[in-house]
Amino acid sequence: MSAKLETIGVAKSYGDALALQPTDLTVQTGEFLTLLGPSGSGKTTLLQMIAGLVAPTAGRIEIDGRDVTHVEPGKRGVGMVFQSYALFPHMNVWDNVAYGLRMRRHSRDDIKRAVNDALTMVHMNDYAKRYPKELSGGQQQRIALARCFAYRPSVILLDEPLGALDKKLREHMQSEIRRLHKELGATFVYVTHDQDEALTLSDRICLMNLARVEQIGTPADLYDRPATRFAAQFIGHSNLLEGAVDQTRGSSGEAILLAAGGRVPMPQSGSTTPGLKYCLLVRPEAPRLVEPNRGFLDGTISDIVFFGSDTRVQLTMRDGTPFTVRCERSLKPRIGDTVGLVWDPLRTTLLNA
Amino acid sequence: MGINLTAQQTYDVTRKRRFAWLASSMRFLPIVPTLLFLLVFFILPVGEILQGGLFDASGHFGLSQFRRIAATPVYAKVLWITFSIAFMTTALSVLLGYPVAYLLSRLSARSRERWLLWIMLPFWTSYIVKTYAWMLLLSKTGVLSTIALTLGLVKETNGAIPSLTGVLIGMVHAMLPLAVMTMLPVMRGIDERLAQAAETLGADRSMSFFTVFLPLSSPGVAAAGLLVFITSLGFFIVPSLLGTPQQTMIAQLVISSVLELFDMHFAGALSTVLLVCAIAIFFVYDRMVGLSSLTGEVQEKFRASRTQGIKLAVLMVAGRLGALFVMRRATHAPRAGNRFGPLRLYAFAVLAVLVVPVLSVIPYAFTRSEYIQFPPRFFSLRWFSSFLDSPVWQSALVRSFEVGFGTAVLSLVLGFGATLALTRMSQRASKPLFALLLAPLIVPRIVVAVGLLYLFARMGLTGTDAGLVIGHTVLAIPYVVVTLAAGFRQFDWRLDDAARVMGASPLKRTTTILLPLLAASVTTALLFAFLVSFDDLTIAIFVSGGINTTLPKQMWDDIQLAITPTLAAVSTTLVVLIALVVFISSYLKRGTH
Repeated sequence: MSAKLETIGVAKSYGDALALQPTDLTVQTGEFLTLLGPSGSGKTTLLQMIAGLVAPTAGRIEIDGRDVTHVEPGKRGVGMVFQSYALFPHMNVWDNVAYGLRMRRHSRDDIKRAVNDALTMVHMNDYAKRYPKELSGGQQQRIALARCFAYRPSVILLDEPLGALDKKLREHMQSEIRRLHKELGATFVYVTHDQDEALTLSDRICLMNLARVEQIGTPADLYDRPATRFAAQFIGHSNLLEGAVDQTRGSSGEAILLAAGGRVPMPQSGSTTPGLKYCLLVRPEAPRLVEPNRGFLDGTISDIVFFGSDTRVQLTMRDGTPFTVRCERSLKPRIGDTVGLVWDPLRTTLLNA
Repeated sequence: MGINLTAQQTYDVTRKRRFAWLASSMRFLPIVPTLLFLLVFFILPVGEILQGGLFDASGHFGLSQFRRIAATPVYAKVLWITFSIAFMTTALSVLLGYPVAYLLSRLSARSRERWLLWIMLPFWTSYIVKTYAWMLLLSKTGVLSTIALTLGLVKETNGAIPSLTGVLIGMVHAMLPLAVMTMLPVMRGIDERLAQAAETLGADRSMSFFTVFLPLSSPGVAAAGLLVFITSLGFFIVPSLLGTPQQTMIAQLVISSVLELFDMHFAGALSTVLLVCAIAIFFVYDRMVGLSSLTGEVQEKFRASRTQGIKLAVLMVAGRLGALFVMRRATHAPRAGNRFGPLRLYAFAVLAVLVVPVLSVIPYAFTRSEYIQFPPRFFSLRWFSSFLDSPVWQSALVRSFEVGFGTAVLSLVLGFGATLALTRMSQRASKPLFALLLAPLIVPRIVVAVGLLYLFARMGLTGTDAGLVIGHTVLAIPYVVVTLAAGFRQFDWRLDDAARVMGASPLKRTTTILLPLLAASVTTALLFAFLVSFDDLTIAIFVSGGINTTLPKQMWDDIQLAITPTLAAVSTTLVVLIALVVFISSYLKRGTH
C-alpha cells in the first residue's frame, strides 16, 4: 500500500474562528477512511478542503504525491457525493451521471458505456430517463453515487451521504457502499457523525473533536483502546469509573482503583502510581451479574431497557455513579434488586483522567 | 542555504496568497460594470441636483432657491399638499392592501399564483392608462355619473372629478398593488406553525393574529409604506388629470418649471426638496426595519426591552378586542380557506375594484361614435386603424418596443452580474451595495429624470433611443436585482460545487447549471425590465425630446388635448399586451414548481 492522499499541516480559520487546527492525515490507496465526529468538529471542513471547495489557510494537500493545494476541484481526480445529494434537478438521471464525463470531453461511446456501467453498479438502469424529483430518497442516493463513480475518480469523498435516509434504508445502503468500495478499488473518505456507520464501513476511523483529530485507528482499535475520554464516550456505550489508585495491591498483585464505592482491579498494561487519579473504561458487555458482595462492585437496579437481542440493565452504584450492563434475556433481573458485578480486567481500558 | 530556502518558501506563500486574493476578487468583478453604470447615470446626476439646488441662476451658492420655495405661499402649499396626499395614499393603500396580502400569504402556492395574476395586471398597467380609465369612469359624462342619472339617484352631477377624492381614488388604485406585492414576501416568510403553536397555547384566532402574525408582518408593512410613500411623492399624472389646481403636487411644478418656464435651477431646488425627504425617510426606515425586508428577508432584531413588553401588552388587548368581532367558526374550517369567508369576499371586492376600471377602457375602443360616450356604440375598429395608421403613433409604438427590448437586455446583463457578485459577498459588504442597487427605486423618479435631463443635454443624448434605454435601465435595475436575488436565494450552491468537483469550468457551470435553474427568474426579470421601460412616462417626458416619443409619452401629450377614442384603442392594446406578459411570466413560474 502507498499513500494516496496526504494532508500536511492543513488548517482553516474564518477570521478568529478556527474551523480546523493543523492536521496531518495519510490515506492509503484503496482504503476506506471515515472522518467521524460531532457537528462542528471540522470533519466537513477537512473533506471540503480535500475536494478543493474550501481553500485551506495553511498547509498542503497532496494526491499521489502531487501538491494539489491550489488545483481546481475538477482537476484533482476526486469525486464527491454530497449531503442530500445535490443532483441537478433540471437534468434527468442519465444527464446527471454523464455530466462529469461530458466535462472531461469523453467520446459519445465512452460516455454511453460509462453511464451504463455506473447505473448498473447501483441497479438503476431502468431509471435513466427519470428526473431526480421523481425518485425516492434511496434512489436519489444511488444516482448520486453513480454520478460520482461514472468518471472513475481515484479518490471518492462522501459527505454524510446517508444522513437523509431512514434507519432500515441506511443499513441497506451501507452494505451497498461497502460492495461498491470493493468493486471500484478506489480510495474512500467518508464523513459521518454516526458511530455505528463508521464502525461498520471503515478500514480506519479518524475521530475528530473541537477542530482537531482526536484519534486515528481501526474500528476495533477505537472501540477497544480509546485514547481519550471523548473517544470512549463517542464510540459505543461506556461506563467510566474514576478514582485514585489504592496504596495496597490486590490478592494477585494487581493495582486496585478505588471507584464507585468498591475496589476495582486495573488491567496490567501501563504503570500505575498509587495515589494518582485514573479513569477506567468498562464496556457494558464486559461485566457479569453476580450475588451482592461477590463482585468488584455492588449496585441497585434502577431500570431495565429491552433491546431485542438483549436487555440493558441500568444500575446505581453505592456512591451514586450510574452504570450500564448488557445482560442476556435468560437472566431475569428486577428493578430494586441489589447485584454484584465482575469482569475480566483485561477487557477494560485505562484512560488518562 | 537554510535562509535561502525560507526566503523561497516565503515568496511562494506570498505568491499563492496574492493568487488567492486575485481569484477571490475576480468573483466580485461582475458587479463593477453595474456600479460604474449607476455611478455615471444615477449617482452623479442625482448628486448634481442635490448640489444644483444650492446654487441660484447666476451660479452663486445659497439657499435662495429654498427661500423662494418657503417664502412663496403657493409653493409652500404645494409641498404641504404633496405630503398630505402621499400620506393619505400610503395609509389607505397599506390598510386596504393588508388583508389581501394576508389572505394571499396563507393560500397554497397554486391558488396564490391565480390570485396574483389579477394583482399583477393592474400593477403593471401604466399609470397613464389607469388614470385614463378613471377619467372615463368619474367624469361628468362618465360611466358612474350616467348610471347615477339614469337610475335617478341624483338629479344632476358634475362628476366626481376633478377633485381631491378623484386624486385619492386614482392614487390608491395605482399604489395598492405595489403595497400588496411588497407586503407579501414578508408575510409568506411567517411560519404558519407559529400561529398553530399560539393556538395550542390557548390563544384564539384573533389573539394569535394580533400577537404573532401582526408583529412579524410589520417589516413588510413598513416596506410597503416606504415604497408607496416615496413613489407617491413623485406623482404627477394622477393629480394633473384627476385633480383641480388645488391638488397640484410638487412633481407637476418640476415639470412645468422645466418644460414651460425653462427654469432649471428652480426645478433642481424642487427636486432637491423631494430627494432630501426621500433620503431622510429611507434612512429612518433602514435604521428601524432594515433594508433587506424589501426583498422579504427579515432580520431577527428583537431585543428585550421595556417597549417590547408594552407593545406586546397593547397587541394582547387588541387581540381580546378583535376576538369580539371574529365570527365563531367551526374549528375544523381550513384556515382562511373556506371559499366564501368574509376575508375572501373582501379580497374579491378589492381585486374587482383594481381590475374592472382597467378593463373598462376596452369597450370604448370599439365605439363607432366620434367621441367618448357611455354607453359606447358598437361595433367599429376605426379607432384601432386610426391608431395603427397614424405615423406618429406608429413611430411611438416602434420606439417603445425598441427601447423596451434594449432596456430589458441591458438591465438584465448589469443586474445579473451584480446579483451574482452580491451572493458571494459577506453580508457586511453586500448590504450597502444592495442598498445602492435598490436606490433608483427609492429616489423619486422625477428626480432621476431631471438629473438625466441635465446630463444628457451635455452628452448629446437628449431625444435619442440610447438616452431612453439608459434612463429606463436605471429604473429597471432594482426590479431585476430583486427578482434575481429571490431566484439566487433558492439556488442550491452545492449544485455548483458538485459541477466544480466534476470538472466544469466557471463558464460551463454558468451555462449548464446556474442559468437553466434560474431560467424562470431570468425571464421574469427580463419581462419586468421590459415593462418598466414600456410603461414609463417620467423619463420619457424629460429625455425623449419633442419629436421622438414613446407610447406613454404620446398618450400624455394627447390626453391633455382631448380624450379621444383613439386613446381607448391605445390603452386596450397596452392592457392586452401587459396581460399577455403577465400570463407568460406566471406560466413560466408555475413551470418551475
